Amino acid sequence: MATVPTTASAIAEAVASGRVTAREVLEQHLAAIDAREGEIHAFNLVTAEIARARADGIDADVRAGRPVGPLAGVPVAVKDNLCTRGVETTCSSQILRGWKPPYDATVITRLHGAGAVIVGKTNLDEFAMGSSTENSAFGATRNPLDTSRVPGGSSGGSAAAVAAGFSPVSLGSDTGGSIRQPAAMCGIVGVKPTYGTVSRFGLVAYASSLDQIGPFAVTVDDAALLTEVISGRDANDSTSIPAPPMSLRASVGAGVAGMRIGRVTDLPGGAEPEVEAALEAAFASLRAAGAEIVDVRLPSLSYALTAYYLIAPAEASSNLARFDGVRDGLRVGAADTNAMYGATRAAGFGDEVQRRIMLGTYALSAGYYDAYYGKALKVRRLIADDFARAYSEVDAILTPTSPVVAFRFGEKADDPMSMYLCDIYTIPTNLAGHPAMSVPFGTGAHGMPVGIQVLAPALGEQAMFRVGGALEASAGGAA
Amino acid sequence: MSDSTLSSVRATEDQMLPGGWELIVGLEVHVELATRTKLFSGSPNRFGDEPNTNIDPVTLALPGALPVLNRQAVELAMRIGVALNCRIQPCIFHRKNYFYPDMPKAYQISQYDIPLNADGHLDLPSGVRIGVERAHLEEDTGKSTHVGGATGRIHGSDYSLIDFNRAGVSLVEIVSRPDIRTSEQAREYAAELRAIVAAIGASDAKMEEGSMRVDANVSVHKPGTPFGTRCEIKNVNSIRALGRAIDYEARRQIDVIESGGTIRQETRHWDDAEGRTHTLRVKEDADDYRYFPEPDLVPLDPGNDWIEAVRASLPPLPAARRAMLQELTGYDPQSEAVIVAVERGQHGYVKSIADAGGDPVRALIYVTQAFADAGENPTVPPADIAALTLLERDGKLSATQAKTILADIVANGGGDAAAIAAAKGFEAMDNSAVEAMVDEAIAADPDAWAKYCAGEEKAAGAIVGRVMKASKGKADGKVVSAIMQSRRG
Amino acid sequence: MANADNPRTEAPISEADVAKVARLARLDIDDAHVHQFTEQLAKVLAHFRDIDALDLSAVAPMTQPYPLVNVMREDVELPTLDTDEVLAAAPEAEERRFRVPPIIGLDD
Ligand SMILES: [Mg+2]
Ligand SMILES: [Zn+2]
Repeated sequence: MATVPTTASAIAEAVASGRVTAREVLEQHLAAIDAREGEIHAFNLVTAEIARARADGIDADVRAGRPVGPLAGVPVAVKDNLCTRGVETTCSSQILRGWKPPYDATVITRLHGAGAVIVGKTNLDEFAMGSSTENSAFGATRNPLDTSRVPGGSSGGSAAAVAAGFSPVSLGSDTGGSIRQPAAMCGIVGVKPTYGTVSRFGLVAYASSLDQIGPFAVTVDDAALLTEVISGRDANDSTSIPAPPMSLRASVGAGVAGMRIGRVTDLPGGAEPEVEAALEAAFASLRAAGAEIVDVRLPSLSYALTAYYLIAPAEASSNLARFDGVRDGLRVGAADTNAMYGATRAAGFGDEVQRRIMLGTYALSAGYYDAYYGKALKVRRLIADDFARAYSEVDAILTPTSPVVAFRFGEKADDPMSMYLCDIYTIPTNLAGHPAMSVPFGTGAHGMPVGIQVLAPALGEQAMFRVGGALEASAGGAA
Repeated sequence: MSDSTLSSVRATEDQMLPGGWELIVGLEVHVELATRTKLFSGSPNRFGDEPNTNIDPVTLALPGALPVLNRQAVELAMRIGVALNCRIQPCIFHRKNYFYPDMPKAYQISQYDIPLNADGHLDLPSGVRIGVERAHLEEDTGKSTHVGGATGRIHGSDYSLIDFNRAGVSLVEIVSRPDIRTSEQAREYAAELRAIVAAIGASDAKMEEGSMRVDANVSVHKPGTPFGTRCEIKNVNSIRALGRAIDYEARRQIDVIESGGTIRQETRHWDDAEGRTHTLRVKEDADDYRYFPEPDLVPLDPGNDWIEAVRASLPPLPAARRAMLQELTGYDPQSEAVIVAVERGQHGYVKSIADAGGDPVRALIYVTQAFADAGENPTVPPADIAALTLLERDGKLSATQAKTILADIVANGGGDAAAIAAAKGFEAMDNSAVEAMVDEAIAADPDAWAKYCAGEEKAAGAIVGRVMKASKGKADGKVVSAIMQSRRG
Repeated sequence: MANADNPRTEAPISEADVAKVARLARLDIDDAHVHQFTEQLAKVLAHFRDIDALDLSAVAPMTQPYPLVNVMREDVELPTLDTDEVLAAAPEAEERRFRVPPIIGLDD
């Protein structure tokens, strides 16, 4: 068997040129899954047979000289909140168990169009609500770097799949850090693009004004490649920005000479000392690469957690109201419709989902809207304004991705607030709608990886990938 | 919405209810827009299709589905806004959250504090101006059928069946200000609104098919005091029922108050067969819709160019159409013939017959009598009808003969009235022949004649009938009547 | 809707509030869960008091992260789903319709 390259871009080149077959690539990854999936539980479902048929189809295209896409034969794992036609899509929830969507999400269509081979649906915190992938109705995912620890969340399955070598790249969704935080905890790259650049059509909504789909990869270049493939206007999503797919890969190696990189002087504290040290090392490496480090202030950032944990649950309480046992999914029978709703939803949703639905319902309910939800929308504006001021002075901003490295199972599970604090550095960009990425940089406590977060203004992905590329280039030495 | 405000509109003396009570009514009218597809998805908007055929991921609220606004629905809603003299403004959509099996998302996408159309008015034909608070875009629900139980009604049913074909269909909800003071005004408002939205092509507005639905907010109070607690009356399925429901509800509320009770704010159901309303649902705090801005949609800003284009494309409204026919024919704008012609959109056709030289009054009568199924633009050449009106007007044909020829022309899509008359052997009888026939008829039925002479006008029918029979319809009814008048002295 | 100066009491949320919200959200939760959720939500809501001190009177709410306007589709029919396939996925169906238990306490 020919040697299968490790990056997505190299796999696609090798498959397109006929040096390896898509089938060989796939079998090697399925073998890796076989070897370790029992231990990791990255997947809710591995779609080996569908993947084999697709890989064989790509190989036939190659043999016939038909054009193949930029992801020809690349195995991709996708988060189980992305609709896949005819393939069970559960959001790791009992309420959706067994549901097979009659349509594909736009990103799935784009992956297929690019020649990707989808290998399975990855585990997540139920309905993407969580930061550890412990809140899955089908069992937790383990961190491949230390299986006593969480992979982060909510896209923990997609992060673990890439970190374990089950697929070179994967897709997750990021509402408050759900791509970047698990990427940091699993030592890989994770990207949340600008809100509106990737269609949400077919993404089972958690919080509509915050959700964004993005890639996990081992390399920054692969993350850029995936972002290029999935971005671009979609008529099925009214919030989709009318712009063509982004061009990003050229930025990855462009360097940071002359760039102005922001250091947030009033960043909320609480990060582990090793994480703080990694951030300092990252600034030093960028300065060494020719960037100027500029102090910026983001005074409203300390309110971001509150704004986020009001807005996201409020939208979620409405988005998840459709799971009512009438049209599909779980139904718990009862004497009348109202009783059926209550029984079905109580049985179908896990505790964290119920907690957020109640929090959101409360924040929107008569008498509380102005004090909670209405105020949160105003704080959201303050945060966006802070960023706008900062970006008039800098091209990008660096922060830690997570205040902590991957923690042990159960460590935060009983204390929602301590779990919510894991998102303190990632949620501000979701509120602002800006792009952000996490790049592994150095090692923290217990030998676990640290992620450094690169923030950029709306549609500032090129600047973001320049910085991400530079961090990756120097991380080898730093780590 | 505005039940605590004191309206400037006061009932006149003769509009007051017994006991010095004043009726306060506001109407909420939902009209389904005449779009091909739904408000937020490409499923067909068709009445009467097989259940659950016009469905897609958005309609069924499948996980991951997203709404995309239908431009034509916005355009039709703007037409309604312009026709109702509203301010058309930049607006957003809100989610109205509530659980109900025919509401797939468990929220309705609607408009809340910033509707597309605001602050308009509608002038009733009787001259009263009714304020229109808003006319906003929203989506319709599916349809529930209640199975089992005694009545097929929701209460006591064994289970319900849901069809989502109607779910997501475009609606405009038109909310009047509480300016209506009589059930007659309420009927007038509903009828005029129906005529307007039909005239501008926004909706077919058929109450019997549910494409126009009227809810009435009814309260009573003594003038000079704050408005009373209102009840919302639902399930009013015709304009006649609207008047009956309001009259019943006003009487019920007055009876309750006068016997020392108080009115609860509640939703009441009109039962047309029983002729009464009954409690459907008491408003309480469970009625908490948790409105918030719909994050899956972006703001809508129609802008001046679009608004002006809509304004320019609007046809004359029913009031202008009626005024035109009044000027043409001298008929009262509220007369049956004028209303029917305008409702059918055939006012222009009447005018073109007159323009072709026809007699305007006969043109109006012919059109209302013979063109019920011909649509807004009948294909019969106006000149053919014009010629017929002249033959009748000039006494060359009797009314009965003209009617026969009219039917012939309509059936054949046109024709030369004079030639048809000749072919049928129609010729106007000279008056002396008719006089002789009248005398013969009087002689044949002296009883009828005596009654007629005694002032019993109905008795004339027997005499006229004999003359018509004898003349094989050639005698002109008006000439016969005139002769009888002169014989009676 | 509430006034902006809604006073926050010491206990931000009571068990009665939680039970009421659960009813509104159609979640049948038992007393033990009501108790547990009340404690957890109270802790979270207490944290959220940090925004009480902010003067937000001059700040416009931000409802959309990217400023788009007038996104519309043409009034053109698109493919529909297959009725049989959809009803096959339903918990209960009858006569080409979705079947639900009797609707009680809700309006027509
Ligand atoms: Mg209403
Ligand atoms: Zn409505």
